[in-house]
Amino acid sequence: MTYEAVIGIETHVELSTSSKMFCACPVDTDSEPNTNVCPVCLGLPGALPVMNEKAVEWAMMIGHGLNCEIVGHSVMSRKNYFYPDMPKNYQISQYDLPLCINGHLDIETDEGVRRVGVTRVHMEEDTGKSSHIGGDSGRIQDALYSLIDFNRAGTPLMEIVSEPDMRTPAEARAFVSELREIVLALGVSDAKLEDGSMRFDGNISMRPGGTEGFGVKVEIKNMNSMRSLQQALEYEIERQTELLVDGHEVVQETRHWNEGAGKTESMRSKEEAFDYRYFPEPDLVPLAVDEAWDRRVLAELPELPSQARSRFEDLGLDPEAAALVARGETGPLFAAAVEAGADPKSAANWLTGEVMAWTRRNNTDPAATPLTGKHIAQLSTMQGDGRLSASAAKEVLGWVLAGEGSPEEVAEARDLVQMSDAGELQGIVDYVLAENPEAVAKLAEGDEKVLGYLVGQVMKASGGKADPKLARELLAT
Amino acid sequence: MPEDESVSVPVDIDIARVARLARISLTGTELGIYEAQLPVIIDHAARVQALDTAGIEPTSHPLPLANVFRTDSVGDCLDRDEVLSQAPETQDHQFVVPRIMDEA
Repeated sequence: MTYEAVIGIETHVELSTSSKMFCACPVDTDSEPNTNVCPVCLGLPGALPVMNEKAVEWAMMIGHGLNCEIVGHSVMSRKNYFYPDMPKNYQISQYDLPLCINGHLDIETDEGVRRVGVTRVHMEEDTGKSSHIGGDSGRIQDALYSLIDFNRAGTPLMEIVSEPDMRTPAEARAFVSELREIVLALGVSDAKLEDGSMRFDGNISMRPGGTEGFGVKVEIKNMNSMRSLQQALEYEIERQTELLVDGHEVVQETRHWNEGAGKTESMRSKEEAFDYRYFPEPDLVPLAVDEAWDRRVLAELPELPSQARSRFEDLGLDPEAAALVARGETGPLFAAAVEAGADPKSAANWLTGEVMAWTRRNNTDPAATPLTGKHIAQLSTMQGDGRLSASAAKEVLGWVLAGEGSPEEVAEARDLVQMSDAGELQGIVDYVLAENPEAVAKLAEGDEKVLGYLVGQVMKASGGKADPKLARELLAT
Repeated sequence: MPEDESVSVPVDIDIARVARLARISLTGTELGIYEAQLPVIIDHAARVQALDTAGIEPTSHPLPLANVFRTDSVGDCLDRDEVLSQAPETQDHQFVVPRIMDEA
């Protein structure tokens, strides 16, 4: 019998608002431990939470980005449990009335587009951060004790729950990757997997191929990269399939991905089996989203990655290049370059190649450089009409990114313009012909090989500034 | 995920478990007292079940208010030394807590 995997993903995204969800402490990951805390986020008795309006609107934006319905009447709830990184002994979350429901996300797979349902997007607050001390390599299982920093406690956190609509680890990866692109495009989170501002858990069960029921489900935690998500799911598929084939049962449990060992491990908490005893949060009044508010948020929704991709394809890029441009921070520059008259393919090449390489080398991003769409258009025109060689264009771009001016200005100031004017170059060509009578004789006999040598001589005599194509033409006539 | 919310009058209440979930330590005598008292309270609340609530909107909050917000601006935080002075134990400006997980 063959088995197929049934995979659902739960994603948490920290919003990058200025202040926390329920208090005015800053959301800032670089601060000294326990400096961004106040009575509200420390859960001191009597402190009262007040909801951050921007966080609610950003949650609505995520909902719209995932094709959800925004729920008109929604309520915050208390989720009661004890854990050292949660100072109140409850987390303010949403339960039976989340803000966004019934969405979906289309992902590209090898078999074409697959629609993955989004059950809900709800708002909650993040917990503090714990570091585990003692034992082997900071793993929670081996720690002697832990240290808690509450700076992160109370950071607006979105929980995005998918339907169990994915069948392969690659689909799960594509889902998370597209979700991340959307969050980035919306500008509501930096969604950094390595810093934990975007994290995901997986639910996976196996069933006989072609059946519709659900097997026993295992939850996997601690997957910190797209790669570990894929590897953990692959490992679980193998582990569960083996159990089932051997006639054993899969145990419903939470398993921890151990990156170093490359396997999932059963993880038991000292806490009793969870019973969260949810109830409506008495310190917060309900949320009422009317049509006018929803329309206002919708009107501010930026272009989504899928829309950007199809727009770039309409501008003449192949799907792969369109995805590359849409994925980086280069989308706006690309559009501006094309509007300024740049050839789309050439602009895409510059942006996804040299511009990205340069900004990565210099630890910045394209939007933070002085580069404009006009510059890119100018650069590709100058290269197209022979005024810049490929290598000179690359050099010019570097100086433009460094803030030395437009490509025209830089090329002029740094003397990088090719001699592409026939009149100007003719003098040098005449000189080279006069200096190389033997080669000229061979050329006259029809020896084409010698032409390359003569072009080289022209390049040398011009200090590398001659347009080799034009030089060749002039020499041949 | 929300489960079926319909409340039926509980026959047995595991007081010890309820106390554990709430991190309240009770003596054997206290367990006995609450074991007798809690069902009475729940019975009382369960009388609501008998009412005809068809057509009545669920209430999550007693106040006739919605959408109480603050703008997304940063305010003052507490002094760290003062905050940490309340902790039983600290290290590197953080709260020290006992080990969290059992052996796998």
